[in-house]
Amino acid sequence: MIGNVLKSKLFGITIPLIAIGFGFLAGAVIMLLSGHNPITGYVALFQGVFGEIYYFGETLQRMTPLIFSGLAVAFALRTGLLNIGVEGQLIVGWFASVFVGIVVEAPMIIHLPLAMAAGAIAGALWGFVPGLLKAKFEVHEVIVTIMMNYIALHIVNHFIRNNLLASGQRTDFINSSASLSSEYLAALTDFSRLHWGFLIAIISCVIMWFILWKTTKGFELRAVGFNKNASSYAGMNVNFNIILSMSVSGAFAGVGGAMLGLGTYQYANILPAFTSYGFDGIAVALLGGSTSIGIFLAAFLFGGLKEGANNMQAAAGVAPELVEIIIALIIFFVASSYLVRWIYTKLQFKKEGK
Amino acid sequence: MDILSILYTIIPAALIAATPLLLTALGGLFSERSGIVNIGLEGLMVMGAFGGIVGTLIFESLGFGDAAPWMGILFAIVIGAIFSLFHAVASITLKADQIVSGVALNFLAVGLSVFIVKEVFDRGQTDVVASRIPRVEIPLLSDIPVIGQLIFPRVYATTYIAFVLVAIVWYVVFKTPFGLRLRSVGEHPIAADTMGINVNRMRYIAVMLSGAFGGAGGAIFAITTAGNFAGNTIVGQGFMALAALIFGKWHPVGAMGAAIFFGFAQALSISAQQIPGLDNVPQVYMLILPYVLTILALAGFVGKAESPKALNQPYEKGSR
Repeated sequence: MIGNVLKSKLFGITIPLIAIGFGFLAGAVIMLLSGHNPITGYVALFQGVFGEIYYFGETLQRMTPLIFSGLAVAFALRTGLLNIGVEGQLIVGWFASVFVGIVVEAPMIIHLPLAMAAGAIAGALWGFVPGLLKAKFEVHEVIVTIMMNYIALHIVNHFIRNNLLASGQRTDFINSSASLSSEYLAALTDFSRLHWGFLIAIISCVIMWFILWKTTKGFELRAVGFNKNASSYAGMNVNFNIILSMSVSGAFAGVGGAMLGLGTYQYANILPAFTSYGFDGIAVALLGGSTSIGIFLAAFLFGGLKEGANNMQAAAGVAPELVEIIIALIIFFVASSYLVRWIYTKLQFKKEGK
Repeated sequence: MDILSILYTIIPAALIAATPLLLTALGGLFSERSGIVNIGLEGLMVMGAFGGIVGTLIFESLGFGDAAPWMGILFAIVIGAIFSLFHAVASITLKADQIVSGVALNFLAVGLSVFIVKEVFDRGQTDVVASRIPRVEIPLLSDIPVIGQLIFPRVYATTYIAFVLVAIVWYVVFKTPFGLRLRSVGEHPIAADTMGINVNRMRYIAVMLSGAFGGAGGAIFAITTAGNFAGNTIVGQGFMALAALIFGKWHPVGAMGAAIFFGFAQALSISAQQIPGLDNVPQVYMLILPYVLTILALAGFVGKAESPKALNQPYEKGSR
């Protein structure tokens, strides 16, 4: 009995690892086909993450919003909802936090939490709408969230263009009392853009784990994800849980946006296209198996891939888009875990047959 | 500007903007009617735009002249159909989550196409194609005074082809045995299987058709409107096509109406500044209008949209 549980846990780690292996293998084949040496390419990629302390700091900075978008996708996924709207929720969160960061004047102890809360509330509102429509009208959340992404992009661009434009395509810098940037962390990593948000991201991983696994509400949310009808029969308010789950998911995404606005960039700018942090969050959540620790590790992998891609281009001449291909293939392989499971059960079957 | 001259500028612009959406939505119709969600339409359009431009450039260099863009579109159709196999294998054979597979398809399309462009052209975009699709008028019909030019304006030949395809797709889906099988696979795969229809084979054909149509849609956008290919050539048109499909209630004529409407919204958002009465409306309203309307339509304010019953459900033989 215990052996089976252990095996299923082990299995949960095996599939992502196999998927990552296949992804890198495919990346190597593509490098070979396009006339690059895969070993040179991957060594350059690795050095682009671990080779200098600056690169490592930038990797941690890059993974911070990815952790949040991963948490956002995973939280909704636990309630059986696919939140493709993390992108839009992150964009409104980014804008709202920067807005409060610029307009409000207050001591840091009030200002910084206020700006982050603004991001969270904006994101939550953007998640609330599809949640409400799903609960009341049974509208599929995937389509609504896709539409909400575009609405977020256009509205935020409109507000920046007409109300907050400072120079070029961006707003003013936020007041330093709302800033997450850290001289200590920057000095530690050879002046990378690493900021306090990284620690907040780690705390948020713990918060999600605590909500989902240690509270009654979390149990309800997961129960709804497993079986709506059974949860309803057990007296749980399914509709309320759906709305709650989407709102909390949106709040995580909104804080992720605040990490960009208050930490990495210190401003918001007119976006010509999506940031892709939200879509990357789907990959992070899937690869991480919707667990806090898994999301942290997956965010590190994808953050590292994206950061290392710069050095891979500089040192080995491989276009950074290779990393996007590897990430896409990893998602394919994780989603197609049926294949791995099928082979696995066939093998088990044979063993038992003997 | 008086009303008539406004219409003379907006109608062709709207129809040209609607064409790629319409074609891609028709492709999505095949896939979704067979029970396979296709969020990957965006990626299929990206590959189509890539294939269309690269194909046109190749055929231009081979000396095909004015035929080159047409050959480019054909090339894109093939590329789109092949590329859609990723989605087909993952979501049909390997029973992956169809939405996740579609999302991955979008990632892969941008990564792969831009990677190849950078390897071949050593920069982020391709050369600009020299030959274009001709603008045509329909003889006689376009010559009708006043309204002739309104209903049959001078637009690219591809636009008229797209509208002809609406009728063909409608006929195929609703009047042929193939269409009946396609719809039965999407509504009730077990019953279809019992009647001797190969469910997975139908779904493979449907997804590849969506790849072919999406490829054509992307190629036509790239060749007529953009002129070259880069990572940001297709930004959201695929999702718009998906919205048109749902807004049009998974029906070719409905999708056509929705695509034309989205095309109008797009044309209006560009030229609203010149139209009296609309020049004071902030552009943002026009930009978000298609998305807001789609949400309202889904919420049932514009009539309930009902999806094919077996949509997003992998088919496992013998399961109940």
